[in-house]
Amino acid sequence: MIPRGAAQRPVAGGVKLPSRTPEDIVRIRQLLREQAKAIGFSLVDQTKIVTAASELARNTMVYGGGGEVEIQFLSEGMRKGLRLTFIDQGPGIADVELAMKDGFTTGGGLGLGLGGAKRLCNEFSIDSRPGSGTRVTIARWK
Amino acid sequence: MERIPILKMGPFLLVTIQVDMHDQLALTLQDDLTAKISKERSRGVLIDISALDVVDSFIGRMIANISAMARVLDAQTVVVGMQPSVAITLVELGLPLEGVHTALNVEKGMALLHRRLDEVRA
Amino acid sequence: MLREAPATTRIPALLKSNEKEILQDWLKEQTGSASFRADLLKEKDLREESHTFLGALQTATQGNSIDDVAGEGWSGVKDFLSDLSRSRAQAGFTPSETATFVFSLKQPLFSMLRREMKGDAEGLVKEMLGTSVLLDKLGLFTTEAYQATREDVISRQKDELLELSTPVVELWDDVLAVPLVGTLDSARTQIVMETLLEKIVSTGASIAIIDITGVPTVDTLVAQHLLKTVAATRLMGADCIISGIRPQIAQTIVHLGVNLGEVITKATLADAFRVALQRTGWRIEKKDGERG
Repeated sequence: MIPRGAAQRPVAGGVKLPSRTPEDIVRIRQLLREQAKAIGFSLVDQTKIVTAASELARNTMVYGGGGEVEIQFLSEGMRKGLRLTFIDQGPGIADVELAMKDGFTTGGGLGLGLGGAKRLCNEFSIDSRPGSGTRVTIARWK
Repeated sequence: MERIPILKMGPFLLVTIQVDMHDQLALTLQDDLTAKISKERSRGVLIDISALDVVDSFIGRMIANISAMARVLDAQTVVVGMQPSVAITLVELGLPLEGVHTALNVEKGMALLHRRLDEVRA
Repeated sequence: MLREAPATTRIPALLKSNEKEILQDWLKEQTGSASFRADLLKEKDLREESHTFLGALQTATQGNSIDDVAGEGWSGVKDFLSDLSRSRAQAGFTPSETATFVFSLKQPLFSMLRREMKGDAEGLVKEMLGTSVLLDKLGLFTTEAYQATREDVISRQKDELLELSTPVVELWDDVLAVPLVGTLDSARTQIVMETLLEKIVSTGASIAIIDITGVPTVDTLVAQHLLKTVAATRLMGADCIISGIRPQIAQTIVHLGVNLGEVITKATLADAFRVALQRTGWRIEKKDGERG
């Protein structure tokens, strides 16, 4: 869903957090929860973006060899939102389409949680190639 | 080392997850639970997640694993206390949590376990 | 931060030197206009707003081209106009009444330009044209910002209406009913799920009857929404019964290949209620001894 009107102008610079260890994931969740609450997201919307971030942060840690996430505050007129960009220099994903398919059972599917994360957000984009790492961007608007 | 306490409640075991789980803690919990189910010959496990405001696929898989392992040891698992926003998010996330029974709270969870045990006995 | 660079128009310089006069003229234009809402706006506040705008306009025209208002240098002016539109929209002004704020500045500016550029006909025409186009753009921007505010208000009202029109009824101990009336889109589904689940927590109900008698069409999307609601309810430890399945809907469901799985479906709310009572351990007896 592309917002109409004036171009997006992030009001403040982004906050960068590492996404390498399980403790990092916890920290990302907590900070994101605070920011979402501050913007005025409903409880369900807060939970959705924090859960999506948790999935992607875990991917970065487990499959990407560790990376980082940048959280940006979005503001366009009266609309407010959050955008997260997860980057890692890992092996990259060979078949992104396959990775987007669901598969949580211990076994089937890559279990990357990408499809689920996409459903939880308003905007989702992924850029990944074998050998050049992975970059996933999600955004949720109030 | 941090451990999640497991309470014995008659024929059942109660686990209350209150902290942000990380990998090591989850693995330790699974080990401890299987050991205790065997030792106490427990017929049911209650996992209380009422304190969790986020349940991602990692926790989801942990719960599914616990449920599967318990079943092998002849015990039923009931997850209790899921928060509404978590339930809505899980459905959207697409986490099936198949084969996992749920109840609103510990009391109802125990009633459910008793009912199922009675069914098996009958 | 203010570059005193040579401006491409005489506007900023003239605004500076003729500020008081322009403000007076402009205020007269605004309050004298037929569309002035003296009931909604005090002259003191209008004077303050106008003064601030002139200041912002002077700054913007000083360092930036007046041909393109998309640049960063115009953000001050645009932010001011956004805020103005929002407060006007909320106060009940119409779009025209709001845009008049900008358009009514044309006459005073033209008068000033004519006075100051008496001997320079070509220059005068160029400035007047440039100014006119600039104020047109800003006026239109004001209207768009107004629209955005109205849409926001409408969307909030829609949400409130949605909540009101999706009551969750406590039918019996342990049994809730959600009579859905109208289309079941994703926004509605979110509200239904949230309201229903909160009610399950507060009442401890173990059965929720979702009645779709009032839902006109059931296509794949609606079916998905229903299934999502059922799944979420299950995660809360409650079971769902879907009632109000008309024959046509039954056919549609089969044709679409929708898998209702283990969800119990009943034709009427009454049937669903009977099943719910049974499952929660109730039995109805008629007073003269006949079993219900």
